[in-house]
Amino acid sequence: MIDFLRLLCAALALIAAPLAAQQSMPAAPYAYTQLEDPVLEAEATELMETLRCLKCQSQSINDSDAPMAGDMRHQVRSRLLAGESPDEIRSFLTQRYGDYVSYQPQVSSTTWPLFAIPLVLLALVGLILLRRLGKKRSDGEPTQ
Amino acid sequence: MNRALYLIPLGLFLFFAGLAGYMLTQPKADQIPSQMIEQPLPEFTLEPALGGMPGVSRADFVGGEPRLLNIWASWCLPCIAEAPHLERLREEGVEIIGVAVRDRPEAVANFLGRYGNPYTRIGADEISELMIQIGASGVPETYVIDAEGNIRYQHIGDVREETVPLLLEKLEEARS
Repeated sequence: MIDFLRLLCAALALIAAPLAAQQSMPAAPYAYTQLEDPVLEAEATELMETLRCLKCQSQSINDSDAPMAGDMRHQVRSRLLAGESPDEIRSFLTQRYGDYVSYQPQVSSTTWPLFAIPLVLLALVGLILLRRLGKKRSDGEPTQ
Repeated sequence: MNRALYLIPLGLFLFFAGLAGYMLTQPKADQIPSQMIEQPLPEFTLEPALGGMPGVSRADFVGGEPRLLNIWASWCLPCIAEAPHLERLREEGVEIIGVAVRDRPEAVANFLGRYGNPYTRIGADEISELMIQIGASGVPETYVIDAEGNIRYQHIGDVREETVPLLLEKLEEARS
């Protein structure tokens, strides 16, 4: 029985070997290690939650186990440790990967409708409400 | 009340439904182009990826002819597919400088032994530092670097037969 289990483990390890190949390198120092300073680490987490993983759809680098995301976390933490501000690190990355990498959209020639449309809709709602309420009041007055 | 106003929500709904339908038919945008094209290659120094071959630094791209910077890895399957086409580029007289990402010397040596070595130098980018510096998001990617050390062109994915003439053309353009 034990022999069988051993054989099974060996067989499973063989099947898993190609998966392990990509991970055979040790992760970057700060990929899975928090910064000692809790304030800096909190800044790092906040920033990493708004940076997009390049290898996985719809995950932040904070959530992803992709090796590339780990390497990006290392960049974030080691740059914070070296005294860079979160904004500087975000712009370092957007200068290289464009808006794609940031979950915090900036107003630009392509993103301005994102910011303008809600304002336009709010103004429209306000206008309609104003007209309706105004109309009701003037409807009510002359009847008495 | 103007009846046309009631059509606005319906119109908005149809607009978004149409937009969603249209986007579903579009191919997934899984290529993230680097924003570093036409920018100088950043300063960097990478240790050799295996014994017997030199490592790579920015200075290796300055002077002489335009070169190719090929980001690859021994664990990357498309890199096997592009190997013969890189070899063709080398035969055309192109200098190809390699950067092996998250790789081990013995794995690199094994790969080169099996699929050929078109590189003059291979640097080891163990934690994707150079990749992030130049805005590379995956492996393999190939960059055209002019003789002043400026990034002129990025090819995402493996180099195929039809990519070879394109890269030769881009290298020619990078002479000016």
